[in-house]
Amino acid sequence: MAKLELSHLNKTYSPKIIPVKDVSLDVDDGEFLTLLGPSGCGKSTILRLIAGLEQPTRGEIRIDGKNVTQHSPGDRNIAMVFQSYALYPHMTVYDNMASGLKLKRVSSEEIRRRIEQVSLFLGLGNLMQRKPGQLSGGQRQRVALGRALVRQPDVFLLDEPLSNLDALLREQVRAELKQIFESQNTPVVYVTHDQTEAMTLSTKVAVLSNGDLQQLDPPRRIYTHPANRFVAGFVGSPQMNLLDLKCEGKFAILGNYKIPLPGRMTPPPEITLGVRPEHVRLAEPSDTHTLQGKVILKENLGMSDLLSVKVKGAENQTLRALLPSDRPWSAEEVTLALPPDLIHWFDVETGDRLTSENLQPVY
Amino acid sequence: MSTAQLPAEPRTQTDKSSISWRRILWITAIVLTVIFSLAPILWQVLTSFKTNADIEAVPTVYLPTRFTLQHYIEIFARRPFANYMFNSGFVAVTSTLLCLLLGTPAAYALARLRLPGERIILAIVLVVTLFPYILLFLGLLEIVRATGLANNYLALIIPYTAMNIPLTILVMRSFFQQLPRDLEDSAKVDGYSTWKMLLHILLPMTIPALVTTGILTFIASWNEFLFALTFITRESMKTIPVAVAQLSGTTVFEIPYGAQAAATVVGTLPLVVLVLLFQRRIVQGLTSGAVKG
Repeated sequence: MAKLELSHLNKTYSPKIIPVKDVSLDVDDGEFLTLLGPSGCGKSTILRLIAGLEQPTRGEIRIDGKNVTQHSPGDRNIAMVFQSYALYPHMTVYDNMASGLKLKRVSSEEIRRRIEQVSLFLGLGNLMQRKPGQLSGGQRQRVALGRALVRQPDVFLLDEPLSNLDALLREQVRAELKQIFESQNTPVVYVTHDQTEAMTLSTKVAVLSNGDLQQLDPPRRIYTHPANRFVAGFVGSPQMNLLDLKCEGKFAILGNYKIPLPGRMTPPPEITLGVRPEHVRLAEPSDTHTLQGKVILKENLGMSDLLSVKVKGAENQTLRALLPSDRPWSAEEVTLALPPDLIHWFDVETGDRLTSENLQPVY
Repeated sequence: MSTAQLPAEPRTQTDKSSISWRRILWITAIVLTVIFSLAPILWQVLTSFKTNADIEAVPTVYLPTRFTLQHYIEIFARRPFANYMFNSGFVAVTSTLLCLLLGTPAAYALARLRLPGERIILAIVLVVTLFPYILLFLGLLEIVRATGLANNYLALIIPYTAMNIPLTILVMRSFFQQLPRDLEDSAKVDGYSTWKMLLHILLPMTIPALVTTGILTFIASWNEFLFALTFITRESMKTIPVAVAQLSGTTVFEIPYGAQAAATVVGTLPLVVLVLLFQRRIVQGLTSGAVKG
């Protein structure tokens, strides 16, 4: 139905406080874009700019090809779900859902039809005459969603809608959200700092840091090909091992061990090695590149153990490995293998991802 | 078994007696507090129903056996107390409404609109409340004289409104500040204009605070004495406090205690009724459920 485009969006409060620096994004029909980042990265500000609750300093917002940058929030035909739900406390659930439609002068029959449909869909049927104060957290959340759905907007905006639910409910509602928005075929922009939500819900993830877009890719690719050191460290739990290593010839030096650099690259003097704990495994006899180390900490995560290992010859470097708990190893020393194709390399200075391709031109 | 249970018994007994001691102390404290604050009022109420003979009797009659409505009949039949009540009511209601009407939007602006100089405005509002109002009295008297407002309801309505607006602004502002901002954003996304949002979303949630500040303003205006005494001299326009104070007998030596007591009760009754009526509204329960609670 519509397409949301942001071009060169900038929001400047003062020369030092620039929550959104220069963000350009497209969200198509049926796409679910998640803005992911730590608190203070500008993700909520971007959402508020799209909603029109704040005016951008520079840049343009287009919905369905139409420039809406100067339009008031009510004229943009968007629906927003707030972190606190923001239900009107003095109105019944039905009136909460109907209020936006009444202002748009939708006929009361049409309003009733839409609310009936949505409430059936969300299982709110018997709550229609209650006030928000008489609902549980999960029910309020659902009413807030319902209020957005009955609007049949051009764009859905969701601002951390799950963060006020307890862990169990959150997982359940997350699954419901996925089903609901798959059936909507409307652009969705979702803000969260929770990477699990970003990974499970989205078709595209935009990772943000300090008002800058770090990477815009499908969740799978964010995980397998992080664009830089920040994304590598932010996405994935437990966090990726990021070790600054010296280079010698075509090898990076980790303690007593040499790790081959990929491709025909001329290595810089220093390089950052990134490898996810879940990709580090116990060495098998057939492995060529292995390293030994002393286990300094073991954390039991249930289905697996998270080991912190000091690599031999590199006392200040700790490597963390996620090992299945059914595989035995000696308590003191382990021999680990780093699969070469699952190692990421980053520039020490810029943090950018280095591949055999983009390293080639360095002579 | 029995030896193990024995030492436990005396302890439960001391527990019980210490609890009942605390209860007794507690009840005594309540009774004393109630007597301390309500005794003068009770005395007035009793006096207003006593016959003149009982009022003047020596030794004092504390608990009368004969009751009469004579004093009430007297103040309404022989003096225009209904008229005084109307004056007080009109002046207090008007200034309360004006106060809320002017103060509430100002409070909203100060709470939400990030005005330049907001802190200075707030400081000035606060300083105004610190003035002993007796200091303003002479200046106001001059103004009333100059503008010819004497013996006009406006001479009371304007100062009462002005005196109570700072309180309204401060109370309402802190109330607006604790309202979740998301609600206003949500209303904007829904398409409410600023005025519609104030009317349909914020006002219903603000009612408890409006009622509370409104009642405070009403009480202050209803009870005000000095301005009412000075700016209004025409008998038909006097307010209750002035009228009560000026109740006198036919001679200097005759003090109409009964009528004074009846007038006091009549003058206090509207306030009591008002507070009882809105008691439930004053209890803030309306914002629950807007956000996660």
